[in-house]
Amino acid sequence: MATVYDVPPKDAFRLSMLLYDTRYRSLTIQVIFLFLFMAAAAWLIDNTIQNLRGLGKDFNFGFLSVRAGYDINQRLIEYTNDSTHARALLVGLLNTLLLAVMSCALATVIGVFAGVLRLSKNWIVARLMTVYVEAFRNVPLLLWIIVIFAIMTESMPAPNAFRGENATATMYMWDSVAITNRGVYVPEPLFSRSLGDLDLGLFKVSLDLMAIIAVIVAGVYANRRLLRQAERIQNETGIRPTTWWKSILILFAPLLALLVALGFHLGYPELRGFNFQGGTHMRNSLIAMWIALSVYTGAFIAENVRAGILAVSRGQTEAAFALGMRPGMTMNLVILPQALRVIIPPLISQYLNVTKNTSLAIAVGYMDMRSTLGGITLNQTGRELEAMLLMMLIYLVLSLLISGVMNIYNNSVRLKER
Amino acid sequence: MSDTHAHSVAYVRDTMLPQKAPPVTEAGVVKWLRENLFSGPLNTILTILSILSVWWIVSHIGPWFMNSVWNAGSLAECREILGGVSGACFAVIKDRWHQLLYGFYPNWGYWRPNLALVLMLVALAPLLFSGVPRKMLWFSAAYPAVAYWLLWGGTIWFPIVALAGFAVALLAYRVVGKVSALAAMVAAVVAPVLWWMFATGPVSAALSSAMPIGIAPIRSDQFGGFMLSIIIGVTGIVLSLPLGILLALGRKSDMFLIKTLSVGFIEFIRGVPLITLLFTASLLLNYFLPPGSNFDIILRVIIMVTLFAAAYMAEVIRGGLAALPRGQYEAADSLGLDYWKAMRLIILPQALKISIPGIVNTFIGLFKDTTLVVFIGLLDPIGLSNAIRADTNWNGIYWELFLFIGALFFIFCFGMSRYSMYLERRLKTDHR
Repeated sequence: MATVYDVPPKDAFRLSMLLYDTRYRSLTIQVIFLFLFMAAAAWLIDNTIQNLRGLGKDFNFGFLSVRAGYDINQRLIEYTNDSTHARALLVGLLNTLLLAVMSCALATVIGVFAGVLRLSKNWIVARLMTVYVEAFRNVPLLLWIIVIFAIMTESMPAPNAFRGENATATMYMWDSVAITNRGVYVPEPLFSRSLGDLDLGLFKVSLDLMAIIAVIVAGVYANRRLLRQAERIQNETGIRPTTWWKSILILFAPLLALLVALGFHLGYPELRGFNFQGGTHMRNSLIAMWIALSVYTGAFIAENVRAGILAVSRGQTEAAFALGMRPGMTMNLVILPQALRVIIPPLISQYLNVTKNTSLAIAVGYMDMRSTLGGITLNQTGRELEAMLLMMLIYLVLSLLISGVMNIYNNSVRLKER
Repeated sequence: MSDTHAHSVAYVRDTMLPQKAPPVTEAGVVKWLRENLFSGPLNTILTILSILSVWWIVSHIGPWFMNSVWNAGSLAECREILGGVSGACFAVIKDRWHQLLYGFYPNWGYWRPNLALVLMLVALAPLLFSGVPRKMLWFSAAYPAVAYWLLWGGTIWFPIVALAGFAVALLAYRVVGKVSALAAMVAAVVAPVLWWMFATGPVSAALSSAMPIGIAPIRSDQFGGFMLSIIIGVTGIVLSLPLGILLALGRKSDMFLIKTLSVGFIEFIRGVPLITLLFTASLLLNYFLPPGSNFDIILRVIIMVTLFAAAYMAEVIRGGLAALPRGQYEAADSLGLDYWKAMRLIILPQALKISIPGIVNTFIGLFKDTTLVVFIGLLDPIGLSNAIRADTNWNGIYWELFLFIGALFFIFCFGMSRYSMYLERRLKTDHR
């Protein structure tokens, strides 16, 4: 019987086969799609060219090398109004990144605490955390940003309230932190025997900071080697050598020595004239964005953490106990590694959301990339098309970078299945 | 045996003692307190901290609420009434609630958005709850045209003629269907598009000049407040779900080109902030459209918000598709169902059910994101709160407005999340 089908009927190719034969159908559909897509793209590009010609504009990014002519009130690298638009963009980008990193860090801390506490057996704590999560998840972020900015600017004392015998406001933390309606002043780290700056061409990097980071990284690396060695000894002899004081020594002694060598001291803010001088000035816009983004995103991370912990089945804990593990070891070796697997993917998308939400800085006048490139630069040069495209591209690259890095990490902790 | 035993020992109890009440510490309120609030040193500290923070908040906000003023013409008058005591001035809400809800929509027309809202609830009922008669779906289908006419006003013929496009599609399908099924499909797509592009304008103009039935038109720039949020939010929600499903299917497709386009679109939209897309809508769209064309800013925003939400929706639904066991796909294939039937009857009902929480989260996110339209000059509630503060009477009023706006958003979003829980329970088919 089978022989009948061995020789397929040699039909001539018919046009209808393009649609009814499953071998060709997907090809046909794709070709049609390609044509439609290219037609749409051509239409858009043609319109753009015509519109640009109509307005007498061209499409080039030359404006980036023109003098910007506006000031930026928060800059991590040197910038004056004589700098170029490209440098203004860089300053804005760094401000965006600063805000994103600060917010991600604080949001993670808040989220983990709130998520764990929401599962607490303590009735009142669990209820409070539920209220926190629901309040922040169900109200727009923009409203929270504006509310916190309003609290900072309207409810905080003016600098002159700190003055005089009967001052109505006091500084916090042993007179080192001043919260005023013009921003928060915190002590700044200063080095009396500074190593100076390293000029990288584009911007300068403080060598002190680099040295401190290098020492910390070296300390962490040495500590890991110590722990690995301790584990090897434990595996061979069954006795774990005491490591805690060695760890502390390795981690902190070189750092302290370096700080002493550099002459590390804090510069405290002081009330001089009409305002505080010295210390690091964190603007209200930064504080409002930072707190609002962290607390808002923290509510979402709390839910992810809670879901992750609940996803580890009760049997895992029981199995660990049955093996004779103590609660601490159970948490570290059994529950957390499994919970992390559930927590990390949504955590990545929360970090992405934070990065994108920094663009809401427009509401409080924080000078992020959207305010420099997409705001003042765009308005001054009138290059909407170029500025918007460049801005979208940078955000896109940022997002892809973050998700790429985090995906690598995610793959390394993922359950290896078939 | 038992007898001898009973005699051999000194005392045997032959009646049960009455049950004693449990110790005070193990019963009632005390037990609950011990177990739930003070079960250990850490918990005790947490409890005390929580009570202190609650007390701090209540003692600060409580008097402010208790002293609130509801009748005043300005903030200065409020402060006069309060006489130096801290207190809320909710008079601003009483004075301006209509602005926060309707923006600058004319007073005489408030019945129109109100009616549209009521009709929306009626139209949504058959979609949301299974107990409502199915025939009402016809009203749901016609609702967009009704709402458009009520909100923007103008001649009644334009929405009717636009709706007639669907009738044209059906007609074309029926007529051409007698010749060939494939041609009928093509005709059913092409005919209504042609109708909307070329016939809608002249036909509705002709009809309205012959029979001028209509209500006063209201321009888009008079829209604002919660009405605007709800219009953008609901339209975005309704449109983004089908688009998201298509994108998710495209991303899972075997066809290389369709997959690439879907992935590119999704990743692009998810990679940029909504605010840049909104700026694109307000600044750049004029570049991309034929010279001289200009269309409504609310419509542009709705399109951008829809595209934005659709990309997120696609990822949520892709998660649902991936969570289905492979056997479901194979079972659908082995039944001989074609792609669309397999998707419609086997895969999507299950995948969508799995993704309900994510879908509703996307909806909530979209609704909250409608506040961003303030940056391109539309007057959403937050934009109006600035406008109200610009009035000398209410200059310097913050918390009352924020509280009102936040409460309204909370009610909507919280309601949506509760509904999603109801839906999950209703659709639950496993027995656990």
